Amino acid sequence: MAVPDRASVVVIGAGIVGNSMAYHLARLGWRDIVLLDKGPLPNPGGSTGHASNFIYLTDHSKEMTAFTVDSARQYVEMGVATQSGGLEVARTAARVEELKRRMASSHAWGIDAELISPAEATRLVPYLDANVIRGAFYAPGVLVVDSLRAGTIMRERAQALGALTIAAGVEVTGLDVEHGRIRRVRTDGGDIEADTVVIACGVWSPRIARMAGASIPLTPAVHQMISVGPVPLFADTVGEITFPIIRDMDTNMYERQHGGDLEVGSYAHRPILMDADEIPSIAASALSPTELPFTQDDFSLQMEQALELVPDILGDERVGIRHAINGLLSLTPDGAPILGQTPEVRGLWSVAAVWIKEGPGIGRTVAEWMTTGEPEIDPHGSDVARFYDHQRTDHHIQARAAEGYNKTYGIVHPMEQWASNRDLRLSPMNGRERDLGAVFFETAGWERPYWYESNAPLLAEFGDRVMPREAEWEARWWSPLINAEHLALRERVGIVDLSAFAIFDVTGPGAAAALEHLCVARIDVPVGRVIYTPLLNEAGGIYADLTIMRLGEQHFRVVTGGGMGMRDKQWFVDHLPADGSAQLFDATGAWTTIGVWGPRARDVVQATTAADMGHAAFPFATCRPVDIGGVRTLASRISYVGELGWEIHVPIEQGARAWDTLWDAGQPHGLVPVGIGTYAVTARLEKGYRAHGNELELDFDLVEAGMARPTVKEADFVGRAAYLKQRATPPAAVLCTLTVDDPTSSSGVKRYMLGREPITTPDGKPLVDAKGRRSYATSAGSGPSVGRHLLMSYLPPAQAVVGTRLQAEYFGEQYPVTVAVAGATPLFDPGNERIRS
Amino acid sequence: MQVLVAVKRVPLTGGRIVLTADGQEMDTRYLGFAVSPHEECAVEEAVRLVEAQGGSSAVLTLGPAAAEEQLRDAMAVGIDRAILLQADEGEWDPGATAAAITDAIRAQEAAHGPFDLILFGNEAADTGDFQVGIRVAYALDRPCLSGLKGLTVADGRLQGRREAAGGGWETYDVPLPAVASVKEGINLPRYPSVPGRLRARRKEVELVRPAARPAGLVKLGLRVPVEHRAAVEILGRGADAAPAVVDTLERIGVLDA
Repeated sequence: MAVPDRASVVVIGAGIVGNSMAYHLARLGWRDIVLLDKGPLPNPGGSTGHASNFIYLTDHSKEMTAFTVDSARQYVEMGVATQSGGLEVARTAARVEELKRRMASSHAWGIDAELISPAEATRLVPYLDANVIRGAFYAPGVLVVDSLRAGTIMRERAQALGALTIAAGVEVTGLDVEHGRIRRVRTDGGDIEADTVVIACGVWSPRIARMAGASIPLTPAVHQMISVGPVPLFADTVGEITFPIIRDMDTNMYERQHGGDLEVGSYAHRPILMDADEIPSIAASALSPTELPFTQDDFSLQMEQALELVPDILGDERVGIRHAINGLLSLTPDGAPILGQTPEVRGLWSVAAVWIKEGPGIGRTVAEWMTTGEPEIDPHGSDVARFYDHQRTDHHIQARAAEGYNKTYGIVHPMEQWASNRDLRLSPMNGRERDLGAVFFETAGWERPYWYESNAPLLAEFGDRVMPREAEWEARWWSPLINAEHLALRERVGIVDLSAFAIFDVTGPGAAAALEHLCVARIDVPVGRVIYTPLLNEAGGIYADLTIMRLGEQHFRVVTGGGMGMRDKQWFVDHLPADGSAQLFDATGAWTTIGVWGPRARDVVQATTAADMGHAAFPFATCRPVDIGGVRTLASRISYVGELGWEIHVPIEQGARAWDTLWDAGQPHGLVPVGIGTYAVTARLEKGYRAHGNELELDFDLVEAGMARPTVKEADFVGRAAYLKQRATPPAAVLCTLTVDDPTSSSGVKRYMLGREPITTPDGKPLVDAKGRRSYATSAGSGPSVGRHLLMSYLPPAQAVVGTRLQAEYFGEQYPVTVAVAGATPLFDPGNERIRS
Repeated sequence: MQVLVAVKRVPLTGGRIVLTADGQEMDTRYLGFAVSPHEECAVEEAVRLVEAQGGSSAVLTLGPAAAEEQLRDAMAVGIDRAILLQADEGEWDPGATAAAITDAIRAQEAAHGPFDLILFGNEAADTGDFQVGIRVAYALDRPCLSGLKGLTVADGRLQGRREAAGGGWETYDVPLPAVASVKEGINLPRYPSVPGRLRARRKEVELVRPAARPAGLVKLGLRVPVEHRAAVEILGRGADAAPAVVDTLERIGVLDA
């Protein structure tokens, strides 16, 4: 089969993802698209070919739900969907509680669902043994789709536009990169010149990416499926499915009708990972490269558990096991897909680790991203640029994929920490922190103290002001010590290890202009100023927020949170001028950061240095070198906790000395070690400080977020035009802080929300703004200084009024909440006197 | 009715066979295993005979420890008990294989009584020597019918039939105890049920270690024949292709003129 010798874009892989990409690119105006696959069509032998093809819409993740809902809409529009409905059944008490969380997420994202009894479940699915379950979550909108047919339809639509050439049976043998840009795809059918290439190769993606020197950190992994039949009950079924699908959550299994058969799948077996280079060829495979021989031993327990749940079918001797495979799918270290332009090679795009239920929605998103740079659905959690180097190692990928696999239907606490591959990135204070009984949580591979057990005496000091939690769920991965540390910091002074920042320097004659063009805030400020700025995309959606210190005429230091650090860095890299007049250097490994904040912070820091730390000499939002204990640090007077103090950047090898010096100076002033529980949650909620991934996303704009400054700088910047339009219209929603009036549940237990709860009217109706967005808690946490549990939520203008009474749903109950702040005014110290003291 | 079936673990290959680097073995890392289709039918035949006439069935195999998987597959569709002649190293040619199986049968019959019928598949899917069943029958001095596409057992006799060269059927009639090798097509084997699988899992497999024997045939190595890629010719699309299709069918001689 011969291939064209050039293309505007080559899409490699014709599974659900590649087909979706070809269609959406064509729809958005791309022409001369070439779609390749080494296998035949319509089923080239990848994961799509053996997929179980059902779509449950509700995910706790907003991003994944958005992809799924869009995909479902597309499948329905293509006429390849059957609405079977689906259940998630609970065998355990813990699961019954978790199903209430599924309901809350369903309400937050606007998905139709209800909790039903075992008897009702059996009415829907007669072959379910009601005695085995305690209840079920029922979503009538669950679909089963013909993903191969959908792929064919999407290819044909692209062909009808005259946009697409398809070359099946053609294998990619190499990818040529010149000057950092993809130039050519080499195949066994000829070479194709192209400066845009999309890797949609599923389990083979890491192998293809490596050909270009890029990394797609996923691993192929097995999940088992068997198919039994003929099922007497299904004999009269017309079409593919008439009974709802069962997800047996507690056993990590599912059962779905497929014509006359029942398909039983499992995510419960030991993780079985494979190397992409070892996947057999089509010719060498008995079935297909992603349908590997079934390992019976790995399914034995699952057979017994499935037999318990659906005894009428599986216990029937006439029903034979007609098909059984170890199917291959893609697993990533953090469970999210891998999308976007690879950092290593310009023009090379990854669309990998995508399930059937997200395929078309992700195809649309990435095609929009490739065309305008502005995807409608915010893909930040799936961005290929998010990975740090250590997360790209096989060691990390395999450890986390294996650990995450058996949690596929698991009950995963929002604060749950990974157990594998820990203790990798350690700040120089790590030893001190261990001695202080630090409980470490991981961010971007860094171990950061979330709270310190050595602060136990604070519990007696503050008593009930620490807002103790009686219910096990919200007390998990939490400690009242967090709130005690918060109170101690606000009352006297705390020292905080902030080592997870991503820090990079932008230098050169063109640095100021480059940054001026990227940032909303003015960059051309005097040396020694600290700038807090959001970053927007062209459509005016919020891409990120971070701080920048001007260290010199041509020297700027960007400091951003570790979670999105690499993605933020890539944004800067992508926008640097082509002439090289601005250079970016990743300085993360050169610095550690220590925060000292509280009313007595000046007393503590002044005692360690001859530099004048007084308010007049060292104003807020400025930075300068300060020698502490013989260490030349860079002190920056800003505060994410809303108190007087400094973020002190220390050369990493001298971090322990700086910590010790500050520690010793702090003892007479009651300095306590304070963890990230305070820094990232309690303190910032009291101050109304927004966080990316919570309040700040592409979905929202600065006006809605209450972050619009009085004026807009004259200089042009990305998103300026859109931002001006936003400022000229009344916002569709307003970001508010709400207090939980009474956290007492119907059984008398005080309950404390953790985030993502749907916010409703007093009679339980969802709040939907003019853009169709539902209100939900973007953040939630204790506010110990104000004595209330706090939520943040975007609300329609009518509800965004101080004093408005609303409700928040938590584990199936409605709790009264009140709007305490509409906009960005802090609840605590509204005049910001502490920061500016 | 006491029936024994002998099976052999063979890899389930795809279209292309991959050899190990030294050219001595097939690379089976990503292959599943089963028994040859003829043997699957032999197992099914045994299960049906016992279902119809009462008695019990057994399955045995000469093979590595992993061959237990094939024994459990057989028990999952209804064979009562299993014997593994565990033989890991070395090459077991048909002569050595038949001798070990014969020894095992003698031991089984001494312990459990005679087998009325011993079934084999016509040939193994990998080696294809066509010998083991016949050699065992000879060693046991029992009549042997091979290549059967149909058999019945009644009144102490085995009747079997197979396709005759040039069309039609040859029918044979021999007294029990007898040995027979069957061909795929003699029946449609059933799939195991979930309860069948669970029952088979719980059963003990009898383990025997046969004495090693010098091989008659010694393998030098394996060689994959040169692939002749078939050419594909598109005859046409839709209804327009019909005349070309008819021409082709005529040319290959499958139309009743």
